[in-house]
Order: sequence, then structure tokens, then C-alpha cells
Amino acid sequence: MAMEEAREAVGDYKEGWHDPEHSTIRFDSGLSEEVVRKISKIKNEPEWMTEVRVKAYHHFVNRPMPGFGDREALEGIDFDKVCYYLRSSDATEKDWGDVPEDIRNTFDRLGIPEAEQKWLSGVTAQYESEAVYHSIREDLESQGVIFLDMDSGLREHPELVKKYFCSVVPYQDNKFSALNTAVWSGGSFIYVPKGVSVEMPVQAYFRINAKNMGQFERTLIVADEGSSIHYVEGCTAPTYSTDSLHSAVVELIAHEGAHIRYSTIQNWSANVYNLVTKRGIAHKDATIEWIDGNIGSKLTMKYPAVILKGEGSHAEVISVAYAGKGQHQDAGAKIHHLASNTTSKILSKSISKDGGRGSYRGMVTVSPKAENCKLNVVCDALILDDGSQTDTYPTMEVANPSARCEHEASVSKVSDDQVFYLMSRGHSEEEALAMIVNGFFEPFTRELPMEYAVELNKLMALEMEGSIG
Amino acid sequence: MSDKTPVLSIEGLHVGIDGNPILHGIDLKIKPGEIHAIMGRNGSGKTTAASTIMGHPDYEVESGSIELNGADLLELEAWERARKGVFLSFQYPQSVPGLQVGHFLRKSVAAICGDEAAKGAPFRNALKSAMEEVSIPRSFLSRYVNDGFSGGEKKRFEILQLMLLKPKLAILDETDSGLDIDGIRVVSRGINAAIRGSDSGALIITHYSRILEHVKPDYVHVLIKGKIVKSGGPELALELEERGYEWLESGTTEDD
Repeated sequence: MAMEEAREAVGDYKEGWHDPEHSTIRFDSGLSEEVVRKISKIKNEPEWMTEVRVKAYHHFVNRPMPGFGDREALEGIDFDKVCYYLRSSDATEKDWGDVPEDIRNTFDRLGIPEAEQKWLSGVTAQYESEAVYHSIREDLESQGVIFLDMDSGLREHPELVKKYFCSVVPYQDNKFSALNTAVWSGGSFIYVPKGVSVEMPVQAYFRINAKNMGQFERTLIVADEGSSIHYVEGCTAPTYSTDSLHSAVVELIAHEGAHIRYSTIQNWSANVYNLVTKRGIAHKDATIEWIDGNIGSKLTMKYPAVILKGEGSHAEVISVAYAGKGQHQDAGAKIHHLASNTTSKILSKSISKDGGRGSYRGMVTVSPKAENCKLNVVCDALILDDGSQTDTYPTMEVANPSARCEHEASVSKVSDDQVFYLMSRGHSEEEALAMIVNGFFEPFTRELPMEYAVELNKLMALEMEGSIG
Repeated sequence: MSDKTPVLSIEGLHVGIDGNPILHGIDLKIKPGEIHAIMGRNGSGKTTAASTIMGHPDYEVESGSIELNGADLLELEAWERARKGVFLSFQYPQSVPGLQVGHFLRKSVAAICGDEAAKGAPFRNALKSAMEEVSIPRSFLSRYVNDGFSGGEKKRFEILQLMLLKPKLAILDETDSGLDIDGIRVVSRGINAAIRGSDSGALIITHYSRILEHVKPDYVHVLIKGKIVKSGGPELALELEERGYEWLESGTTEDD
């Protein structure tokens, strides 16, 4: 693929790019039961996994497309053209000097350290950070924390994986969870033993060392009783993928009194369909929090979910979406209150610009047996120009009258007077817009680890550049 | 020409909005250290004058000139004018949810006074003393810009910015509106601290003379239907307080 074509595919997305010489082995294109079995065989998987994959494959084939979201865009996916297995056998060294200068500048302007820049650009090398990673990992291991990529997890802890795999997101859940289950590769497997608190957000490792961030990654995090962990995936830096379909599944299990926070910032280039199923199950007095940032992509459909199964459990979903030119962010949250005294909070914020479309799609249910539940939903949309669009699809199904429900929604436009006020304080129009946008995202950004928050603010400032006509 | 260059020099200014003329030839000169007041009823064109000097894009300058210390302002955008030293205290300051006051002040000082002024102890000290002057508590810094502020808080926050940004020309648009006597006293203290004894000039826009008891203007101009119909010393403000604007309005009809 020529650089120009890549740029074209990346579109208006000035930070997106890819290295044209990057050559992972294209194992097969198009999907069949044979391909699925082949993937499983290459990975030397136990038979039960092969069988799950095959069942999931057939379910995928027979399952119609979702009847919501952006149906037109969904119809545009050509499943036969998708490559379902990439082997990163040739993780050969690329030269950082081959990376286009403007892209290197973007990384610099985002303030991303050089080692990380190289990783993000597909340049593999031995980093100083490797040593750092090992010490973190040793520290975790000494506490009994299992922290592996999913394939290694299945190899080394088959009994744990078998117990929890598909227990929160069954392959029959939706077409894309079926697809993921059939062809998954990569992702993370984490087990935190009883009473262990992982103090540090475990992002350092993944930002630099995850070698196989595939398009069908599968992540499973189990936090045993009274434990806690904060997992961070993704990066503010753009991710260019020639393969236009990204379909991950993430399953979280928080046992009694456990706390899982899962933070994501994803910044896909404008050709990517990002169709992800994320769901957690919270047992008694457990807490699950999804902090979910979606920037870029052609179409994102993602609704992080929590099943509040145990009494006194708590769920929080804080999400932001930024829809630029030609992009549709269909994002939101789902929370099911199955037990009494459970509480939940959803905060969803979206920005649409240059004709982009941001949708909030949310569902909160309270089952008849669940007494005294509290739920709070706030969704705010900010529209930056006339051609952009926002819509809201909130659903609440409350079958127990003791529930206390709060729902607020707002749509605002950046006003000329607001921009003028900031300009009168010496800020250019672009800077003023970035201030307004970053302010709007602030309730989200403040939940992020500091370096991510700083990067996200810079990224939004870059997005505002050249937007003044 | 023994006098210094005026801070603000406006000549023959005609301004309209959406094709409707509002200002019909304004002339005004403010010299260093001077405080001028423009008084007039609602709709007389006061806010148009203030917004035009600051560079609001909705106001079309049809003819005339605006100069700051002898340099043309009309070609500059609002943020460039701000960096040259024009400051406007807004009648209705806009809120920016999520933008923290402390962060915003630092960014604005950096943009207008330079990065050095926004750093370390000098910035912190300037901020602390300015906040004390206008009775703003520390907790203010972590609030969001004008978000949920009371009317009085908004005005005090405008004056806090005035004190930190040290403009060459301060325009105060209806700063006294919505303030009680104590509020007026506090913001007046801030305005005096920022302007008196400096080379800066100030233009106070108001329709009451109350604030002018605390910030003594050197000159008072009366704006009626887009024209300055009378100029005088501070005593003119008192006369307006007693007699209202009607006696001057009839004058304009005769002029027309």
C-alpha cells in the first residue's frame, strides 16, 4: 500500500499513519470453519477451545447484523476481505528514521516518550523500559498476580481460563462477540488473588510491550475477593490499521468486595470499524468502573456493560466520544441491577465536529427483586458546527418501584460569545475551542492517569487545529 | 504636540450590525493614566462601542479608525488585540464548564504577559494579592470559569483578570450592573489598583453614576443614539444623576 493511499484511508485524521513496509503474514483472508480450526491448531489450543470457536463461528454466520447503530455503515463491512489471523512472526526491526517526519512530530507534540513512539509505530527494539516492565512484573508475580497475554494465559492457566471464558459475554451475545470468539487472538489475561491490591495502573507494560495487539483481541480480568486493579488499555496516539474491522471482547469478573477499573482510550484511524463488546459482572459489594474514551474510527459501536449481580455492588461508566469528519460514534452504557442496594452511575459525553455524528445509546434495567437501587444517568453532547449531529437513545426499564432514578441530558453548541470571551483573554480561536472542548471532557479526563490526561488534552488541541474556516 | 500618544484614539467611528447602523461617528481620545466614562441609556450603543474596540466579529466597522498607542487595531483579531493590551470586562461573562479558574488565569497571563509572568512565585504572588484585593477566596481557583458564579462573583472575577493581565486599555462594560454597594466598592478598589498610577487608560461604560463615586473619571461622555452628545468632567455624571438623559436627548433631535 502506497503512503498516499494510506493517508487517504486515514483521511482527515492527521495523526493516523502506518508504516507501508510493515509486513505481518497475512495468514488467510475470508472466514470458514476450516480457517477457525486452523487458527486453533496453530495455537495448540485444548480441544474445548477449538469447539467453542467452531460453535461461535456458526453462530456468527447465522446471526443477522444488529438492528441498531449505523446499519448502513455496518452493511459496508465485507467479511470476506477481512484477514482473520495475523502472525507477528516477523517482528523485524524497522528503522525509526523511516517514520515520516510529520508523524514523529505528532508523537513529540503529544509528549509521548521516544521508546513508546517507536513501539506505537511498529518499530521493535529493545527498550530501556523493558527492564522497568520486568521489575513491575516481578513485583506483581510475588503477590501472585497473573498477568499474561491471552494466548499464554490459556496455555499456562487453562483451568482458570476455561472457568471464566465466555462466562460474562457468551458467544451468542451478538454477531461480533461470536466473531471474536471464533477468531480471537491476543489480548490480556489477568488474575488478581484474594485481598491483593495492584497499586499502580497496569498500563506501563501494555503501552510499550504488548506486541500482538490484534484486531480480535480477547481480554479477561478476574479480581478475586477483596482485590483491586486498574487496567489501562490503548493510547491517545493514533492507531492505523489497514484491516478495517476491530472487534474485541472484554470480560471482567469482580468477586465479593473486589474493585476493577478499566480505562480505555482508543484513537483509530478513520477507516476502522470498532465494534467491541465489554462487560463485567460485579458480585456482592464489588465495584466495576469503565472509563472509556473513543476518538476516531469510521464507526464505533461500544456500550460497556455491568451486571450488578451481588447485593451492594456498584457500577460506573464514564465515557467520551469524539466524532469528526465521516465518523459515527455510537457509544453508551448498559447496566443491569439484578440485586438489592445496588448503585450505578453513567456519565456520557460526546463531541461532534465537521459533520461527525455522536450517539448515546444506553440501557439501565432494574429487576423486580432488586430493592432500593439507585441509578443516575447523565449524557451531554457538544456540537461544534452546524453540519454535525448528535442523538440520544436512553432506555430505562425499572421493574421495582423502590428504585431511585435520575436522568439528565443536555445538548449544547459552542457559542460565538463563548469563543469571543476566551479570545479577549489572548487565546486564538483554535485555542479557545480546545479550551472549551477539553473543559467539556474534563469530568472524564480527571479520571485518567495524569500522563493520559495531558496527552488527551493535547490531542484535542491538535484536532482543533486547522478547523477554523 | 507636547502630549503623549493617546492610549486609545478613536476617530469618526461608524459601526453597524447586520447592516443596521448603531454608532454614527464616535471620536474619543484617552491619554495614559486617564479614566473616561461613557454614560447612556440601554440601547444607546455603549456595548457596541466596547465590543468593537475589543474586536467582536459581529460588529462591522463601516468607517473610522481605532488606534492603541498609535497602532491600528482594526486589522487585528480579538486575541491579537488582547495581546497588544486591550482588555474588556464583560457585562455578561461567558461560562466555560470544565475549565478551571486557576488554569485559565495562568494560560491567559502566559498568552498576554508572556510565559515568564505565568510561572512560579511571581505568578503566585500576583495572584494572591489580586485575589485579596477583590475578596476572592482561594477555593475559587478550582471552580470552573464563570460556571455557576453569582452575578457578583462574575464581576469580581472580571476585575481579577484585569489586575493580572495589566492591560494598556481597560474597558469596563456595565461592571456595576447587578452589584450591591459592597460589590461596587470591591470592584472599584480593583479598578483603581490596576489603573491609577499606571500608564494605562480605562473606559468605564455605565448608565448609573454610582461606580463613578468610587472610580473618579477624568472625563464623562454621554452617548445617545450612537453619538457622543456631550462631554465634560466628573460633575457631568452628577448632573445626569439629577436630571436624567432627556434634556440631552432633545438636543440630539435639534442636531438632527
